[in-house]
Amino acid sequence: MTKMLTVNELKFMYRNRDVLQQIGFSIEQGQVIAVLGPNGVGKTTLLKCLNRILKPREGTVMLDDENLLDLDTMDIARRVGYVPQRVETGRLTAFDAVLLGRRPHIGWDVVARDLAIVDAVFRKLGMEALRLSYIDEMSGGELQKVAIARALVQEPRILLLDEPTSNLDLKNQVDILTNIREVVRDHGIAAIMTMHDLNQALRFADTFIFIKNGRVHVHGSHDIVTPSVIEDVYGLPVMIGELGGVRCVIPGACKTT
Amino acid sequence: MHLNQGIVPEDYRAYLDRKVRWILLGLILAFVFFILAISVGAVAIPPLDVVQSLLGISSSDKWDRIVWNVRLPQAIAAVVAGIGLAIAGVAMQSILRNPIASPFTLGISSAGAFGAAVSVIVLGTGTMQSTVASPVAISNPYVTTVVAFIFCMIATGIILAISHIKGASPEVMVLTGVALSSLFSAGVMFLQYFSNDAQLAAVVFWTFGDVGRATWDMLPLMVVVVGAGTLYFIANRWNYNAIDAGDETALGLGVNVTWVRLAGMTVAAVISAVIVALLGVIGFVGLVCPHMVRRLVGDDQRYLIPGTAIAGAVLLLASDTVARIIVAPYILPVAVLTAFLGAPVFIYLLFRGYKR
Repeated sequence: MTKMLTVNELKFMYRNRDVLQQIGFSIEQGQVIAVLGPNGVGKTTLLKCLNRILKPREGTVMLDDENLLDLDTMDIARRVGYVPQRVETGRLTAFDAVLLGRRPHIGWDVVARDLAIVDAVFRKLGMEALRLSYIDEMSGGELQKVAIARALVQEPRILLLDEPTSNLDLKNQVDILTNIREVVRDHGIAAIMTMHDLNQALRFADTFIFIKNGRVHVHGSHDIVTPSVIEDVYGLPVMIGELGGVRCVIPGACKTT
Repeated sequence: MHLNQGIVPEDYRAYLDRKVRWILLGLILAFVFFILAISVGAVAIPPLDVVQSLLGISSSDKWDRIVWNVRLPQAIAAVVAGIGLAIAGVAMQSILRNPIASPFTLGISSAGAFGAAVSVIVLGTGTMQSTVASPVAISNPYVTTVVAFIFCMIATGIILAISHIKGASPEVMVLTGVALSSLFSAGVMFLQYFSNDAQLAAVVFWTFGDVGRATWDMLPLMVVVVGAGTLYFIANRWNYNAIDAGDETALGLGVNVTWVRLAGMTVAAVISAVIVALLGVIGFVGLVCPHMVRRLVGDDQRYLIPGTAIAGAVLLLASDTVARIIVAPYILPVAVLTAFLGAPVFIYLLFRGYKR
């Protein structure tokens, strides 16, 4: 598979403090990358640097042959969809909230194609019944689906998701991650998501980036997720086992086993 | 991505049509109140004759003179000022993401009042006259207007400068505005404490916002500023929708949030400054009209901005009309009536909740 996005030597500083240093990795079409690490190591900062919400001090983010960091913010938004951790509500229908994702493509006003794309995404995610529901009356899971749908109607090549399953119950977590997995494969895009749940990451991601002290500690596929790597990054001993053919991480249990 | 298999949903079209119907109803209401505002007063002119006079086919010179020389500029001023204050309010509430933001709460009106007080008390532009219609007058309204405008812009400049230094955060803008409002109010009190009776009366008179001060001379400036500002806000409606969804979402959608926020505040402040400087302090319109309209058309700025503009015009026209008849032959300042009429409607709408 060809590399879709390649990040090289990315560096971000905040008030003369290095937050990210020498970040480098690549992602292929149809892949989901999980960015993992403890709170405050720079996972969210990394996502925001990729679509220039934050301006990196050094480095490149090459999407095919273009450096995203050289593009206009609207041009970046036509290529990269971003789902932030916190989703604000207002007195808008889900359809209008998702239609907002067409902002980078809208001239003076929306055209029929914009509305049709929003409709297609609602069908794709099985959200037709929510179309005219007001987002300020929605549950956390529904709201997160709206946020993901909004990013999808941007027609992005890359999807960035900042902890897409935080504050969701187990069923909603699985639903959301399954949706992301399917959309990425069906539409030939790629997704980079920050996560805290290592088990969900193992189940739904293809490759993993562990961040420690603002640097990529380890980057690779499932085989890099080992008890020693997790202990190095999180400072917590774990055991990795298999349940029903799925690998799972059990925290704090390996000392005695 | 292959997303071209979708269709434009019929139920969504019907939902948008309902919003359009509310806006059309508002336009009809604004037209009715516009005619009524010209019709009602010390000399009552039948509405049909008002329409004939406006179309230039009236048979009465007397009514033509009243309509064209007195009532029409006042009614146009009410429409333009209503639109201006209301859209300044809706824009400020959106870009600052604060439901109590308005030209009044952000200190711009207080700065205008302070400017007028400086003009009257320090520069000596206020005098006392003894007429029933206007017991107090400003002897040099041009100087007072210019000084009031300068202070409105100073307040705006301070808010924008501090916000720019602190990264244009909404919280900094709102808190700076509240602090400035208190500062300028204290400044007015300080000047009033050292003023004589005539000066004190002139300052108080100026602060009573009143569309009755409008003349044909001042309308072009108001129309150009409010018209250009309205177009600016409508052109940015998608950016405001994006900011309503949160700064990070807006940034992810390619919106330059800092620029949109600073430019929007500047435009809203210039509109407010022009209206306050020309007509005095008219509170409540900018605060309450956006909330009234939200309850009918929701938060979508595509409908909220035009709907709020129309609501502002209706509220100020209705207030001005009632102000002229409620204690006739005396005419109340319109600012008193905007709150008297707007507050009960607003509270009713708050209780009633959103219209689905």
